[in-house]
Amino acid sequence: MEEMVNVYIMGKKYTVPANLTIMKAMEYAGYQLIRGCGCRSGFCGACATIYRVKGDRELKVCLACQTKVENEMYIAMLPFFPLVKQVYDINKIKPDEQIMMQLYPEIYSCIGCNSCTKSCTQGLNVMRYIAYAQRGEYEKCAEESFDCVMCGVCSARCPAGISHPQVALLARRLAGKYLIPQFQQLAKRVKEIKEGKFEESMKELMKKSTDELRELYNKREIEI
Amino acid sequence: MYPVEMLDSMKKVETTRKERIGFEPKRMTEEEKKNLLMQYHPDFNDKGFTELKVGPNKGDKVPIELAELLQANSRIKDVDIDLTKIGYDVDVLIIGGGGAGASAAIEAQENGANVMIVTKLRMGDANTMMAEGGIQAADKENDSPMIHYLDALGGGHFANKPELLYKLVTEGPDAIKWLEDLGVMFDKAPDGTMITTHGGGTSRKRLHAARDYTGAEIMRVLRDEVINRNIPIIDFTAAIELILDDGGKAAGAVLMNMETGEFLVARAKTVIIATGGAGRLHYQGFPTSNHYGATADGLIFGYRAGAKLIYPDTLQYHPTGAAFPEQIYGALVTEKVRSLGAMLVNVDGEAFVHPLETRDVVSAAIIRECKARGKGIKTSEGHCVWLDTPMIEILNGEGTIEKRIPAMLRMFMKYDIDIRKVPILVYPTLHYQNGGLEINSDCLTGVDNLYVAGEASGGVHGRNRLMGNSLLDVIVFGRIAGRNAAEKSKNVKIGKLTLEHVKKFAKEMEQAGISSDMVSPKLLPSYARKS
Repeated sequence: MEEMVNVYIMGKKYTVPANLTIMKAMEYAGYQLIRGCGCRSGFCGACATIYRVKGDRELKVCLACQTKVENEMYIAMLPFFPLVKQVYDINKIKPDEQIMMQLYPEIYSCIGCNSCTKSCTQGLNVMRYIAYAQRGEYEKCAEESFDCVMCGVCSARCPAGISHPQVALLARRLAGKYLIPQFQQLAKRVKEIKEGKFEESMKELMKKSTDELRELYNKREIEI
Repeated sequence: MYPVEMLDSMKKVETTRKERIGFEPKRMTEEEKKNLLMQYHPDFNDKGFTELKVGPNKGDKVPIELAELLQANSRIKDVDIDLTKIGYDVDVLIIGGGGAGASAAIEAQENGANVMIVTKLRMGDANTMMAEGGIQAADKENDSPMIHYLDALGGGHFANKPELLYKLVTEGPDAIKWLEDLGVMFDKAPDGTMITTHGGGTSRKRLHAARDYTGAEIMRVLRDEVINRNIPIIDFTAAIELILDDGGKAAGAVLMNMETGEFLVARAKTVIIATGGAGRLHYQGFPTSNHYGATADGLIFGYRAGAKLIYPDTLQYHPTGAAFPEQIYGALVTEKVRSLGAMLVNVDGEAFVHPLETRDVVSAAIIRECKARGKGIKTSEGHCVWLDTPMIEILNGEGTIEKRIPAMLRMFMKYDIDIRKVPILVYPTLHYQNGGLEINSDCLTGVDNLYVAGEASGGVHGRNRLMGNSLLDVIVFGRIAGRNAAEKSKNVKIGKLTLEHVKKFAKEMEQAGISSDMVSPKLLPSYARKS
């Protein structure tokens, strides 16, 4: 007999196998999910969930697809959170300090409560990356925030109304486009292709019979 | 951590690790690969397939689960849709909010079209988001489009459509440049040089990555760009049938609100199907690494409208789906783990296959190890093999795992498995649909004004796709489809809208003696337990 636990989905009690994730427990209970379910692998941030275990005062947050149920767990999903997303033209903005002030001035109202970091479902140091953003240190902000899945839990817990995932995304795009050096060989290769440098060799290759191609493939040199 | 019964086997893996470092398992000959695939690859298991009885591919072999949906009832079979009541009217309608749909939308708008995206879940809920390992492109000095072409062709068993593969390899570098210019953060050396690795079947280190969040990084930037451009996204709304005009040209789609069930009509001058794959159909009972909505919707309504399928009988089983713990059964363990040096090892601690053979070959080798040779490790879900992750830091230095594959470290750490110290258990998982709707190099199907891009299309990868060529596919062909659909839309005059093709297909089914109690497209898998 498999071990069962009691959980309270949106307050209603269900008895489910103890080895299930919260997401699978909801399905076991009979839910056909539409919202709150995306990649089911911890990459998309669709299944942000708030829970409290009976007897414990602390509200905890997690991704439902990545977290096992516990006995006497109260579960509420947070499938959508109205983050502030500012619209900008990536080709026109510059990676200076003003841009954050202009688009996301609320980051300067951070009171340092650290609720964002404590709530991060990915275990990131959210408050620290916001501090980097405040100082215009976008590369550091980008590095620190890189594994963010944009579930929005940090923002739900923030007393200053900061949309952390959107701030981080802006910082990463600024870093990726303007601050981290471009790959010179890539631009060169794109130019070579446009100028037709490989056209003749490509045509010649594509003219070959399958047997000839097979021969070339089986004998090709593999970079070590 | 692992239960005691697995620990004995894990000890053996630890014992043999030292002698396996620096030893490269032999690569198989062409003949050996062929025999292995014929015997053990699921594509060669006749029990998993059936012949289609109606439609453009009548008589062709497809997976049973796909046939059931292709030959099921339309969701609007008994519904009267008023085609004069137009809910949305656009130049280019894009069905699907993943990498291909987003790329198409950006390029279509760039080319002057009024464009709209519909997606049945959220924008970005797609396999693109979950692609971990990397994206190929022949941009290094020792590499060329020709070498990339040959790698993909051999990996695809020489069945790739040459004109599509030509586009993939020659427009690959420009796709990477486009992403770099949008602000995608690739792994780079301090001077900007891309850090690249091998994937299975590559002859050059051509895999560009963004840690092991490559697809997620690309997807979130593309989504951000779509929003910045004010391109309308109609989310939680599924396309359920295409609409044609009285000239037989694609002219829109019937949409359904996923939450309220309301039907809506979208009229468009051109339509792009970018609905992705089919992993959630669980062919042959396999687990899947795919996102929740991967149910082949575009194949279903595209087929009913007359578009032809190519290679629908070739699926990709990713060799390394997580096999333990059961909470993450089937979740993807990126090929990058093997690119960085981890070997596949059986219950006795023996390496039994070169870790960077193509995916079909490695999967078949794992299945053989478990089913025929009895050298698998037993779990509650069946048998599996070890993937010896601690080799990575022995070969590449401490800190490599946290830096290069943090998502993998995080995923297993939640279950107290530290992949830096102990190996993990894996088994093939249904990962990718190699085939799909047939297109030409303009992304156009046989139906006028109907385009397809990304995993929903077929032909570019032949019968087996290489790692890192699908992210490239969605960008390259998403952009091509967007450009062409926008250009074409400038000269389209839409005739009278019709759904006659849906009725005609139903009639053909009846004449073929098929009666189905299913409706399609499936839209979502049904995992809710029925009491």
